[in-house]
Amino acid sequence: MKKSFLVLLISTFAPIYLLAQIAIKAEIVYPVSAAPIKDGVVLIENGKIKAVGKAAEIIIPSNYKIYESKIVTPGLIDARTLIGMSGVLNIPVDQDQLEKSSPIQPELRAIDAYNPEEALVKVAREYGITTIHTGHGIGALVSGQTMVTKTKKGNTDEVVIKPFSMLAMTIGHSVSEKFTSPGTKAKQISMIRSELLKAQVYMKKMLDKDSTKHPTFDLKMDALSKLLKGEVKALITANKAVDIMNSIRLSKEFGFKLVLDGAAEAYRLIDEIKKANAEIILHATMARNEDDMLNMTRESASILTKAGISVSIESGYEGYVPKTRIVLFEAALTAAYGLTFDEALKTITINPAKLLGVDGRIGSLEVGKDADMVLFDGDPFEYTTHVTNVLIDGVVFYDKIK
Amino acid sequence: MNTFKIFLCLLCIGVNASAQQKPVAFKGALIYPINGAPIQNGILVVQNGIILSVGNDEKAIPANAEVILVNDKVIMPGLVDTHSHLGGPEGGDYSNPINPEARAMDAIDPTSDGFKKALAGGITTINVMPGSGHLMSGQTVYLKMRDGKIIEDLLITNEKGVFGGLKMANGTNSMRSGSGFPGTRAKSASLVRELFLKAQAYKKKMEKAGKDSSKMPERDLAMEPLVEVLNGKRVVHFHTHKSNDILTVIRLSKEFGFKPVLHHLSEGWKVADEIAKAGLQASIIVIDAPGGKMEAVNLTLETGAKLENAGVPVAFHTDDGITDSRLFLRAAALSVRAGMSREKALEGLTIVGAKMLDLSSKVGSLEKGKEADFIILSGDPLSIYTKVEQTWVEGSKKYDITNPADRAFLTGGYGVFSSDRGEFHHHGDEEDDAKAGN
Repeated sequence: MKKSFLVLLISTFAPIYLLAQIAIKAEIVYPVSAAPIKDGVVLIENGKIKAVGKAAEIIIPSNYKIYESKIVTPGLIDARTLIGMSGVLNIPVDQDQLEKSSPIQPELRAIDAYNPEEALVKVAREYGITTIHTGHGIGALVSGQTMVTKTKKGNTDEVVIKPFSMLAMTIGHSVSEKFTSPGTKAKQISMIRSELLKAQVYMKKMLDKDSTKHPTFDLKMDALSKLLKGEVKALITANKAVDIMNSIRLSKEFGFKLVLDGAAEAYRLIDEIKKANAEIILHATMARNEDDMLNMTRESASILTKAGISVSIESGYEGYVPKTRIVLFEAALTAAYGLTFDEALKTITINPAKLLGVDGRIGSLEVGKDADMVLFDGDPFEYTTHVTNVLIDGVVFYDKIK
Repeated sequence: MNTFKIFLCLLCIGVNASAQQKPVAFKGALIYPINGAPIQNGILVVQNGIILSVGNDEKAIPANAEVILVNDKVIMPGLVDTHSHLGGPEGGDYSNPINPEARAMDAIDPTSDGFKKALAGGITTINVMPGSGHLMSGQTVYLKMRDGKIIEDLLITNEKGVFGGLKMANGTNSMRSGSGFPGTRAKSASLVRELFLKAQAYKKKMEKAGKDSSKMPERDLAMEPLVEVLNGKRVVHFHTHKSNDILTVIRLSKEFGFKPVLHHLSEGWKVADEIAKAGLQASIIVIDAPGGKMEAVNLTLETGAKLENAGVPVAFHTDDGITDSRLFLRAAALSVRAGMSREKALEGLTIVGAKMLDLSSKVGSLEKGKEADFIILSGDPLSIYTKVEQTWVEGSKKYDITNPADRAFLTGGYGVFSSDRGEFHHHGDEEDDAKAGN
């Protein structure tokens, strides 16, 4: 009995132990947190990065599985997407990103809807996008919560790394198109302000030393309180200058942390954005320049970066074909419009990692961080380059030419 | 009329008639003529809107030529976009699923700033089409990116004597409830068959009447373009995605004896051999990810490669605004990423599209006698870092990246594009699309 149990134990854990030891050898390793390493090596053990450095300085133990590559980068991060929530078929039953029963619903959790097996999550993963900031969508004053997750297979609780990241909010005509009220922008802002005022009152009462004075626990108020306390950020989709300023004004009044999503006209408001300490998730470089995006420029990433603003790039939301953009391609184009290679790579690695508060574990190739990385057979931004391998938490999830 | 007035007239004709009087030689670039191998240190000579010579023989440069040095650049033919909605072509309205009589030329705004995007992307010839929300949304137009205030200034009449095609569609977009629209695929096909039967009968009447105008049937604006289709004069451009819908198009085309150009082909890769056997040409969209509607869930970057392997002629299109005209070169590059040959991919941006529009005698390659439509690139056409630096249409420079006003159309910026929404082939969110059937 004991012997067979031992055999069972060893055979269960042995394969995991063996798979857990990988060495990546590359002509160039881009750690992002440090200068590129020519003829570099990354050692992976138990899902974490064990070593990063020159091949000449790192001994690869004999039992490590070796992958050779031209280029290796950290796993790519999509700063804001709707995949896993807004499905590939684009029919009502696979669209979970926007609840239309009321314009302010901060209590809606992304983890209650996210589908790790959704077709588009696989599409993103195979382009090297290993972590996504996904969740509720655009078109409601507060559509719900967002979350940060790895794009690996598994069930939601296994793959998610931050179940409540931000409150997804929108200011602009896309809201009035979906709801009878609010109809006008002034009404949109006043509705947001009213709810936040209510939340301030709720918060204050909850702090009362006399617990009998505490209000009944309220999901909505609790979520808004987290925003006001700074535990989560406000992700406000705002592209036009007016809507950006509306967002800044709100954040000043209520003291919440502001992330401007889209920010097509941010290049016109650099001083205001800096003064407000607002963070930027920049729209996809190839987003269609119509409606609120009419004044967008492909040089935004470059203008903002030169002004000292950290730029993270998103794939964003697509309502038709293609059902998602690929953030690797979007960031790649910024390297053709003013960003250096290293700057462009940061927009889909360390910049979004910091913005999402997960830079302790991802966003660069450093010892102790998660073993998320992408292997390429050439310049990652070139059209004709292929992703050859994708690793998430040290497991190879994609292993062929793409 | 006295001599002086004659002189003035001649002067005016001289000034207006041609783009340049002197020949111009572009010297030193890597030239992709498309009809042959790439030419190192190439020399392209153009005059009066026509190509005089392509090669690398210095002796080909006429003595009086203006020589422009383009070392380290790449020159290719102006690109041909076989499917675009720039300029606001509209099409049939929703009173009827079948509108052969509706003409894109009656809707397009030739001064639309969308056409500036095309030039920034190196596109010089465009098939502007009505939308896909109908079984037959109307007549398309073949446009050259010349300057023009009126649409007639931009039209190109092709080898068959027409300046456009006929847009058809099947699958999701053309099905909806109301106003005689089909709700099912079988109904979609039967409505089209009934229409073509009518057209065949009308064509017979015309032929019977011969030269006797008293026997001619009354003019029918819907029947006329259909008779042109049956006579092989006007090309049907058929939007179709799913493999079974593609096979339906093939079946219809065999029954009525016309050869449509197949457009989009999300699942074309599944029936590549059938398309090849039917002898049809494929104009494909290259798009970053699948989905958005059921018939596009199996869309792949590999379509170009798979069709090439089956021997199907492949051209690319933007379907602007679905993809951006400024990024047209990208379609070829991504197709090569997914396995298409470089050679066929470059042909897919140029000569194959020209053939689909019956314009290959005029455009699509850099050959003596063809129209001087060409682009000057900063580098390899398949590189993301390459920029279109200049776009020439019929020997006249229409786009120059060193001109800030032109460059603004490439990058975008504050106030660069006008807010005329009619311009965009607008696909809003899924609800709008479901309602509009786009």
